[in-house]
Amino acid sequence: MTAVARLTLENIVKQYPGCRANDGVDLVVNAGEIHALLGENGAGKSTLMKIIYGVIQPDEGTIYWEGKKLTLQGPAHARQLGIGMVFQHFSLFETLTVAENIALALPAAEARDRRALDERIREVSAHYGMALDPRRFVHTLSTGERQRVEIVRCLIQNSRLLILDEPTSVLTPQEVADLFSTLRQLASEGCSILFISHKLQEVRDLCHTATVLRHGKVTGACDPTIETTDAIARLMVGEGTPLSTDVPPADPGESLLQMHSLSFRSEDPFGTSLDRICLNLRAGEIVGIAGVAGNGQDELLRALSGEITVPAEHLTFQGTPVGNLGPDARRRQGMAVVPEDRLGRGAVPDLSLVDNTLLTASAQGMVQRGWVSYNKVRDYAQRIRERFQVKASGLDATARSLSGGNLQKFIIGREALQKPTLLVASHPTWGVDVGSAVAIHQVLVELRDQGAAVLLISEDLDELFQLCNRMGAICGGRLSPLLPTPSLTIEQLGQWMAGDFADSADAEVNHAVA
Amino acid sequence: MSMDLIINILSATLVAGTPLLLVALGELICERSGVLNLGQEGMMLVGAMAGFIGALTTGSLMWGVVAGVAAGVAMSLLFALMAVTLAANQYAAGLALTIFGTGLSAFVGSDYVGHTVDGFTRIAIPLLSDIPVLGPILFNQDLLVYASLVMFVVVYVFLRYSRGGLLLRAVGESPEAANANGMPVLLIRYLAVGFGGAMTGLAGAYLSLAYTPMWSEGMSAGRGWIALALVVFATWRPGRVLFGAYLFGVASILHLVLQGFGWDISPELLAMLPYLVTIIVLVLLSSNPTRTRLNTPLSIGQPYRPSR
Amino acid sequence: MLSLERRGVDSRLMRYGSPVLALVLTVVTGFLVFLLLDRDPVEGLRYFFITPISDRHGWAELGLKMAPLLLCAAGLTVCYRAKLWNIGAEGHFLMGAVGASIVALQFSESTGFWVLPLVLLGGVVCGALWSMIAALLKTHFHCNEILTTIMLNYIALNLLLFAVHGPLKDPFGFSFPQSAMFADSALLPMLIPGTRLHIGLLFALLAAVAVGVIFSRTFIGFQLKVLGEDPQAAAFAGFPQKRLVWFAFLVAGGLAGLAGASEVTGPIGQLVPQVSPGYGYTAIIVVFLGRMQAVGIILGSALLALTFLGGEMMQIAMNLPKAMTGLFQGLLLFYLLTCDAFIHYRLRWNAKAAKPVAPASAANTTLAGQER
Repeated sequence: MTAVARLTLENIVKQYPGCRANDGVDLVVNAGEIHALLGENGAGKSTLMKIIYGVIQPDEGTIYWEGKKLTLQGPAHARQLGIGMVFQHFSLFETLTVAENIALALPAAEARDRRALDERIREVSAHYGMALDPRRFVHTLSTGERQRVEIVRCLIQNSRLLILDEPTSVLTPQEVADLFSTLRQLASEGCSILFISHKLQEVRDLCHTATVLRHGKVTGACDPTIETTDAIARLMVGEGTPLSTDVPPADPGESLLQMHSLSFRSEDPFGTSLDRICLNLRAGEIVGIAGVAGNGQDELLRALSGEITVPAEHLTFQGTPVGNLGPDARRRQGMAVVPEDRLGRGAVPDLSLVDNTLLTASAQGMVQRGWVSYNKVRDYAQRIRERFQVKASGLDATARSLSGGNLQKFIIGREALQKPTLLVASHPTWGVDVGSAVAIHQVLVELRDQGAAVLLISEDLDELFQLCNRMGAICGGRLSPLLPTPSLTIEQLGQWMAGDFADSADAEVNHAVA
Repeated sequence: MSMDLIINILSATLVAGTPLLLVALGELICERSGVLNLGQEGMMLVGAMAGFIGALTTGSLMWGVVAGVAAGVAMSLLFALMAVTLAANQYAAGLALTIFGTGLSAFVGSDYVGHTVDGFTRIAIPLLSDIPVLGPILFNQDLLVYASLVMFVVVYVFLRYSRGGLLLRAVGESPEAANANGMPVLLIRYLAVGFGGAMTGLAGAYLSLAYTPMWSEGMSAGRGWIALALVVFATWRPGRVLFGAYLFGVASILHLVLQGFGWDISPELLAMLPYLVTIIVLVLLSSNPTRTRLNTPLSIGQPYRPSR
Repeated sequence: MLSLERRGVDSRLMRYGSPVLALVLTVVTGFLVFLLLDRDPVEGLRYFFITPISDRHGWAELGLKMAPLLLCAAGLTVCYRAKLWNIGAEGHFLMGAVGASIVALQFSESTGFWVLPLVLLGGVVCGALWSMIAALLKTHFHCNEILTTIMLNYIALNLLLFAVHGPLKDPFGFSFPQSAMFADSALLPMLIPGTRLHIGLLFALLAAVAVGVIFSRTFIGFQLKVLGEDPQAAAFAGFPQKRLVWFAFLVAGGLAGLAGASEVTGPIGQLVPQVSPGYGYTAIIVVFLGRMQAVGIILGSALLALTFLGGEMMQIAMNLPKAMTGLFQGLLLFYLLTCDAFIHYRLRWNAKAAKPVAPASAANTTLAGQER
């Protein structure tokens, strides 16, 4: 029982300008243990992991590796010790092959014989049930396959501690199940696993112990197999924050928006083409589209926002063909869009909140004959800030200076205040704290109850099941049928996310039924 | 057209294409690491000036070449300081380097205008140069032309087969991922920029010691810029750089060719040709953004600083 | 050990202090250069920066050089705010000079008041047309504007040379490559009698103010700013990107063309090959130095105008090459960009020196690969 812990952290502190990301964190991971690291976005999980992997250096604190004190010189050093990491946003090189990616992580001597390396990759991946072709280019792989490359890259170096950062957020439910069985096999062979997540149900299914972080501090440790999800959630967000919003049932009205077999050929070699998408949105409903990132969500959003134009009649809104209209013209008709990228698309990072208000709300009487009335813009920005409780140092604060949640509230608020009849939102609560996420959900439900149609594109299945009255999935640029949420099982949705459905052109029949 | 004329034109093409080839190979490596150095014109001028002064004062062409290369490296390190260490806008930093290099070379070189050196002469390689047609074109050139061909092979092999080439491409695609994997991003970028500087300095020395063995203000006449266009034209692949360099080489001696045919066109209009050809080539190439995008180093032009 | 650390908030002090600091560093470097050349540095700096503007005539000459710089810089500001890296002001300028000259030479016998506006218009139109080529190449053929504009500069220079050697050459000019002198009706009125300073400076100041207004008050200015800051957001907002690009290039071309026209109808009075000492390139420095703000570029153009005068003074008074101008200008821009880094970053002294050592193997292979 007195075996030395594999990894021990004592009093880890990391200070960034204006933010103490880790504030005296202690953590113990034992051999063969699957240990969950829980916390909200911004709680300091990513920082802590990067410290363990040697990407960044702590300001204070001590790391013990198998009982010995350690100063990490960098990721190469960590890998040499047997610490492997699977990043949330993969650290793979898309223009290189699987084998080349793995070779880069190995010491030069081990990577020299490429043929032997290919053989080892095949062996290791087969052993853990994750088939991989070493010669394929990474940009041709699916998200799930890319994650396997990252995992195999660690295993090939005989990792004794594997860190996984939000590994399930990019997977279909079936892929999650496969991943879990691989992880359990690894743990049974003595490998320790540090599993970072905010999905409590998964943690309860998989992990032996859990450590919870909030605002850079450890707020508790528990046995997730015993605790309820609500109790763990309380540890994550603290008292006084609502954990979820109540969603009364929807009361859909007449049809507002129709996509008629909309197709789009992507010119971007790394993009996805849309294939005959049919979609029908009614007033007063929230429709959800699930899917693994990069399956055409971005293109679908652009086709709705007007950044991609199509033949006019392929998209009709309130009975008028709008497919050929640009974003500005569509916005004037009441179509509002909240893109996935808050910084860099929904808002300009280095411009003030005032300027960012003008970005999409200029039609609200702010511009006359080409001249901007900055007083009106400022008033509008102030209204957004008050109504949606956006925390900022002032209206002249840059978008970059806001936290993810506050910036998202600002962007959603900017669109909602213009009283749209259609709101399309992509991953609106991605990387957002629980409090803001609840507020954002409330805005969506309010818009719905005011008679707007809401299209919610998300990777977060919990969010979709909670808010939507109809749902489907997008895969490879094709849209699955949409079914009422109560009659849809997570298994069915998972199959759709993997592309297992009849052509969406045929699905139009289903729309008519639904 | 007589055979001799064709041989002469092709041989001159090789000569005219050599400075472009050198600069473009260096810039290719630099851009593959994700750094766009627009300062080629300035570095080339400084290289030419330093090479000429070096050769004139030491009396040795080789020391001249060394001086040219060293000056190119020094200039590129100035650029790297701005664009890599200080994460400045690469466009602005490159422009600054060109403006600075143009001024510096004109200032330091002003006392040396009008001097001449005995430049590099052609060396016929025994046996090989006797091959009909190809021999006089390929194997009767000066030392630096041969050196440029060797450098082509070096760059080609490096990118294609070496681990260093893999690292370079990785850093150029995603410095964030490279850093997360523990690769020394800034060091690799410094080396790539420095290599680019060395090659451009060499190209400058070639101009002032072989092409026209003298120094005059602004003597590179836009070759640094044309070489930048050449890298785009080649979609970052060395084989196409080689082809493109000689294509542009032909364009830059086209006025001589046309005059040789006795066409009576104003020399000022003919002098526009290389620039016009560059634009036309850019148009033909860039109108297909998909293909270009597939080969572009993804992080090009974006400053990167790892957070610690 | 010293390390750079990103500031939480950008430094306003550095944003406006950086040009001043860059000037100080340039002067210090100039001091060292004079020492290196074995000249009296104090005297050298005085000749460069002070002697040229020590009398009324000097100030007039400063204004004379300021006008083309400021006109070019005002136009480039519109482009650079939108991150359109137009470095073709030199070409626009030269084509403006050629265009104005063509018109002026048509009316060499006329005395009407309308000649001058027509001549200036010729310059504006020619400059704008020239910039349209680059705009077209950018919006319809996706060509990088840096490369196309620089190529167009070289082509414009050769067109100018062609013009003065051929069609526009003065038939009675003893085979000098230059045009005939323009009629008085085609010349710009003087601003200060007894000097060479003409009303071109007023055009320039007006242009700078107009550019300031565009960016502080108009929607198109805002759209350009967004396009420059974040093209994705501009696309998302639905701003007409192509139209914005054309607008920016047309303004830059028109203003630089006006500068070229003012130069041939002002101090020179005819078309000559050396109509520009590189105004179009120097204007780039003016824009960066002037922080892309109206007041900034006015001050910046004055400083850069001084470097031209200073270079001439070096030649006359100290027998040093005129190229000192280019050296000072290059240094200034170089220092400016270096100082600008500290708008976003600050230096921090790390006592621990815990900077991780790069894996040696990786570094070595890179070197080895290149030397093989």
